[in-house]
Amino acid sequence: MKNGLAFQRHLKVRKIKGNVLSTLFLLATLTGILVLIVLIVDVFKDGLGWLDWQFITSYPSRKPQEAGLLSALFGTLWVMALTALFTFPIGIGTAIYLEEYAPDNRLRRFIQTNINNLAGVPSIVYGLLGLALFVQALALGRSVLAGAMTLTLMSLPVIIIAAQEAIRSVPQSHRLGAFALGATRWQVVRRIVMPTAIPGMLTGTILAMSRAIGEAAPMIAISALVYLTFIPKDPTDRFTVLPIQIYNWVSRPQEEFGHLAAAGIIVLLVVLLTMNAAAIFLRNRYQKRTEE
Amino acid sequence: MIHATVSLEAKGLELWYGKFQALRGISVVIPHNQITAIIGPSGCGKSSLLRCFNRMNDLIPGSRVKGEVLFDGRSIYGADVDPTEVRYRIGMVFQKPNPFPKSVFDNVAFGPRVNGIQGNLEERVEHALRRAALWDEIKDRLHKSAMQLSGGQQQRLCIARTLALEPEVILMDEPCSALDPVATLKIEDLMKSLVEEYTIVIVTHNMQQAGRVSDMAAFLMMEEDRAGTLVEYGPTAQLFTNPKDKRTEDYITGRIG
Repeated sequence: MKNGLAFQRHLKVRKIKGNVLSTLFLLATLTGILVLIVLIVDVFKDGLGWLDWQFITSYPSRKPQEAGLLSALFGTLWVMALTALFTFPIGIGTAIYLEEYAPDNRLRRFIQTNINNLAGVPSIVYGLLGLALFVQALALGRSVLAGAMTLTLMSLPVIIIAAQEAIRSVPQSHRLGAFALGATRWQVVRRIVMPTAIPGMLTGTILAMSRAIGEAAPMIAISALVYLTFIPKDPTDRFTVLPIQIYNWVSRPQEEFGHLAAAGIIVLLVVLLTMNAAAIFLRNRYQKRTEE
Repeated sequence: MIHATVSLEAKGLELWYGKFQALRGISVVIPHNQITAIIGPSGCGKSSLLRCFNRMNDLIPGSRVKGEVLFDGRSIYGADVDPTEVRYRIGMVFQKPNPFPKSVFDNVAFGPRVNGIQGNLEERVEHALRRAALWDEIKDRLHKSAMQLSGGQQQRLCIARTLALEPEVILMDEPCSALDPVATLKIEDLMKSLVEEYTIVIVTHNMQQAGRVSDMAAFLMMEEDRAGTLVEYGPTAQLFTNPKDKRTEDYITGRIG
């Protein structure tokens, strides 16, 4: 009986501990949400009034009333489209090679270690590499192509690692089952590994692209223009991107440009959320297809 | 036992995984249209031996094979032999049912598709499912996911998947160890009906099962360095009632293992 009572008291303390901690965790979660809400409210308050059709369809200008981000928006779309075009096949190909084909030897481990390290390299370093390699050595100039290739280099390690994770999540028993039916290695990759791994690969790619879309540093390093009064027509044209345009407006003393920056951020967020939504849509569609 | 022709034959077979020798000096003759059971304590190399018969060990990095495995008198480890060709003619069913996350139909059609087999795929799939005693249960669910089937159905689906290629031999690696007794009996009945057309080699740790289904039995044990060797091989009835080797007797009567 005495023991029972002691146990009861102990239980109370443990329950209180549990409640206190779960409240703390809830507060920790709310911190993130709160900051996000403040950020969005602040940006919308500053920028929503300035966000109109004229803003989207105009080129930059010294007069805030006439300024817009047409060239930056198209620059971003151009660069993102090319980056996706480059990174997806190279990234997925690398991941498939490393996971399904490469023998487990020193070279493979060396490559793997380097990919992991490259994923942590600051983006400005990729900017300088892009400047030296693409803009100067390959003489691509400060073009859309050079910008996309720079962002490709930056995104690749992240995409490769995400795709490798997705490939590793495919049960080995499925591979063995396919091999036992006389499938070749490529058929195993194509028909067993890929269908299961594709959703994870897409998610990884989109996350890497979302990071790339907001990067100003590497684009500044290869000197993407700020005042661009035309839309890039082909990959060799000069360009600017949304983060640079926003950065430029933020750094101006006049209050009106601050509002323009906020409106630009809203546009950037919309582009980003659209990309994420597309990723989720694609992922769900593929998942459904494999489960049916 | 009626005299049967030879389907598979191992001659002085040795297997290494890296520096570890898994099998030593295995010589067995697997007869046509019979069920041969490979029995022995855990870790003695039963499954490793089975995987030598369709070159699945090739997929394990660092594995090496010495000696010979003959299939219809031809070495399957010859330089001119493509392992996919071997696996096409010698099917395999695994310990845990491993249907692909695809529809029932696509599971059975997988083998014919990857091997580029011409002809009516629907008929082939239906025939394989009928042969695996699964058709009546799932003919209305052909385009539903195979993952929704019960464990026993999944395993029969995996057998049907193998049958769709009309192989000559079916290797079974403890096919019932993940199944309940009812599902186990269904698979055993199925094996007895399949052996009219196919040669079956089954690894099992279940003595009763070996006694119930097999015509021939090979008893493996590991030596001190953990390499598996063949202790005794012969007709199941003889091995179980009148073993020649003391170790076989001890194992069968449950004294070791």
